[in-house]
Amino acid sequence: MKPYPRKTYWNEPTMGWWERAYLFEILRGLWITSVVFLRNMGKWVTGRKGALTTYYPEETRWDYAPANRGKHILTQRPDGRPQCVACNMCATVCPAKVIEIDAGFDPADAAHPKFPVRFEIDYSRCVFCGLCVEACPEDAIRMVKETPGLPRLDRGQMWLGMDELLTWNPQSDVAKPYPPAGGSGKRGPE
Amino acid sequence: MIQDLVVYLVYIGYALAVLMTFGTVLTWVERKQAAVMSDRIGANRAYVRIPFTQIKLVWLGLFHGLADGLKMLVKEDWRPKTYDWYAYAVAPWVVFTPVLLVFAVIPFGGLLIPGQLFPSLAGFFGDRAYPMQIARLDAGIIIVFAFGGMTIIGAMLAGWSSYNKFSMLGALRAGSQMISYELIMALTVLGLLLLYGTVDLTAIVQQQSGVLFGFLPAWGVFLQPFAATLFMAAAIAENKRIPFDLPEAESELIAGFYTEYSAMKMGLFMFAEFIEIAIIAALFTTLFLGGYNLPYMGDQGFAFPGGYVLPMSHGAVVVTQLVVFLGKVLLISSFQILIRWTLPRFRYDQVLKFAWKFMFPLALANLIVTAVVAWLAN
Repeated sequence: MKPYPRKTYWNEPTMGWWERAYLFEILRGLWITSVVFLRNMGKWVTGRKGALTTYYPEETRWDYAPANRGKHILTQRPDGRPQCVACNMCATVCPAKVIEIDAGFDPADAAHPKFPVRFEIDYSRCVFCGLCVEACPEDAIRMVKETPGLPRLDRGQMWLGMDELLTWNPQSDVAKPYPPAGGSGKRGPE
Repeated sequence: MIQDLVVYLVYIGYALAVLMTFGTVLTWVERKQAAVMSDRIGANRAYVRIPFTQIKLVWLGLFHGLADGLKMLVKEDWRPKTYDWYAYAVAPWVVFTPVLLVFAVIPFGGLLIPGQLFPSLAGFFGDRAYPMQIARLDAGIIIVFAFGGMTIIGAMLAGWSSYNKFSMLGALRAGSQMISYELIMALTVLGLLLLYGTVDLTAIVQQQSGVLFGFLPAWGVFLQPFAATLFMAAAIAENKRIPFDLPEAESELIAGFYTEYSAMKMGLFMFAEFIEIAIIAALFTTLFLGGYNLPYMGDQGFAFPGGYVLPMSHGAVVVTQLVVFLGKVLLISSFQILIRWTLPRFRYDQVLKFAWKFMFPLALANLIVTAVVAWLAN
């Protein structure tokens, strides 16, 4: 009767009369799903959460890995200025070409005369590879594990500038003394 | 005569409102119930913002049905290059209308005496009494099957006129499946009709307010538990929902017979499916679960098995019956959704084999046993 000979497998499932009668196994399945439904409903109506879901933009999971590459931050000097020296290495290494830096010149700070006027990251294209962090010679850009607030309603709003990168979750670089010790870190004739 | 017109217009308005509400609310129930059953939250992002304020009403995602309807209304009404444009345009309505018409013969309440319910209207209505049912037809259950059978025509029309192979295959599947299962549905009900001796749905409900073996309410589900199970399975198959959704099997046929439909035309198919859940629930309630009555309850009040009688006022009876009917329908609809989110889909040959080699003999056996028992009892 079959249109073609069906292959018989060594682990062909066999059904006894219990399974063949459909009804009992169906009732067992319905029992399982109803128990789950009632248990979760009981949690919901008593004010607890009956689901494993995290409401993402409003809630963030606490168990992000410490090494998770989340959102970028710019580290700060003790006076609150960015540690970045606008060398453009992160922008150069970035595979998605999402970093844009405009450099400024500050003759008053002899140790770091070059500083970023504008430092923007386009999060709509960022691939979170972390190469910018590796490329940075000054430890000026880091990635922290949390990523709250990234979803936006408009593509243009996905560009985050220095304000956001400096003020959200600010970190300062404690590894380097400031002001830098005499002689070291200075370039060119004094 | 004008009184009849007023009452029946109110009935029709009530029935339409109930069906439309069920069609919309069941989409929400389906989403939320499925979510809760699988440890999820479910749709909860659509909101209605009160104008000129920032107050957003979410209401547990109740507005997602509204958003769906709006989306379907404003979507492009794409038309395939079909040679039978008229059949293509009319097919959703052929599916949708009979589903609504079936409700005309289903009683959603007992006897309504408007003059007694609203004493201020007693002068207008006199002592006229109306059963809460749009059309009290002697043929009751036969009308249900006659209109139920018409949806097959709609599905076949849709599949045939779409000029698409997937639609055609879906329509063929829908046709063979629905015809097979309609037969089983009718056979299972036949046993019940033997016991009740009538096809009038109101009379069937009234007979169920009696008592069985001295303590059980004389519900159809206690008289014919086997038929109730078979009827439920056949009705779900008739509605083409999982585990019997072969005509629309996404992995094989895209969307089956309504692959080529878009916007509100497709919405009508979906809406008809959800209303049919409520219709099946209403039918099951009427035939097997004592209809609009609570156990031991009749049009006059409760008559408990111990001989204790609790009379109720007419207003209390009417309100109880309306609420009980809606509650039972919602419960059975929810049960159907539970089935839909529990069981996997059949294979196509299994569906027809299940119908003809498994359920058909069982339904026949049930009928024969019922007939013999009814004959012996008489």
